[in-house]
Amino acid sequence: MSIALTTQLICFSVLALIIVIGSLGVILLENIVYSAFLLGGVFMSVAGLYLLLNASFVAAAQVLVYVGAVNVLILFAIMLVNKKESLKPKEYLNSRKLISTLICITLLSLLVRVDLSKVWNIANPESSIGEEATVRIGEHLFSDYLLPFEVASVLLLMAMIGAIVLARRDVMSEDISTGLPVKQELIEKSNEQILIEKN
Amino acid sequence: MTIDSIPLQAFLIVSSLLFCIGIWGLLNSRNAVRVLMSIELMLNAVNINLMAFSAYIDNNLIQGQVFTIFVITVAAAEAAVGLAILLSLYRNRVTVDMESFNLLKW
Repeated sequence: MSIALTTQLICFSVLALIIVIGSLGVILLENIVYSAFLLGGVFMSVAGLYLLLNASFVAAAQVLVYVGAVNVLILFAIMLVNKKESLKPKEYLNSRKLISTLICITLLSLLVRVDLSKVWNIANPESSIGEEATVRIGEHLFSDYLLPFEVASVLLLMAMIGAIVLARRDVMSEDISTGLPVKQELIEKSNEQILIEKN
Repeated sequence: MTIDSIPLQAFLIVSSLLFCIGIWGLLNSRNAVRVLMSIELMLNAVNINLMAFSAYIDNNLIQGQVFTIFVITVAAAEAAVGLAILLSLYRNRVTVDMESFNLLKW
């Protein structure tokens, strides 16, 4: 990349700061809508990191898929399940929070230690493909990664059909045996609250 | 990538931080939507790792970028199915509190 090192460092620091603070906000903020929008910001900053790494195609895919599809889907889900509820306090939650914080800090220190102590053999920068990365990805997808590419298309189709099957309500306009119009209230009633605890 | 560029370790540390934050959110969120968000954060951390290694160590073949594209695909499918499951769960239980989904509790 032909950008000066200082500029790269400034960009990297700003993006890393947005990523870390934004993701902390995603998991800590009370209001779930703020979390969703911060998640979009985190995704955008990750796309910026990809641009710093000379990967313009993956950065575009990140913006399109994560910000354009996943984040919007999450916002729609928040809208559909938006119910203000006062969560019942559980006595074991505090100890769980403590233990999981300890585990996360331990895991983080372990990962950082490995990151810093391992000597990676950095490839010769002369062999870098640079801006030709998109062409090389296309070559990969249609030669040695052809089978995973096709399997991914089947996976997307399965996910699409599965999501429709799982999320839709059974609405019938007419009875199959008699041909008469169906009372919609009965279907609504039968769909409600099957598993709610009776207490 | 030239020698006087950002060290690889910087990217790895950012990705480790993001991954651990994702795990913490996964374990401690009571809202089911936030659990899905934490999973997305963890997948993004893995993607940053793959992209950094692809740019610094495998900068000619860039197989890491191809892997990242597959991970993005799987994450999109996972988000769609996960949110659909969440919707039908909400329809049955009328709550998104993770502590109330204890039907399979041992």
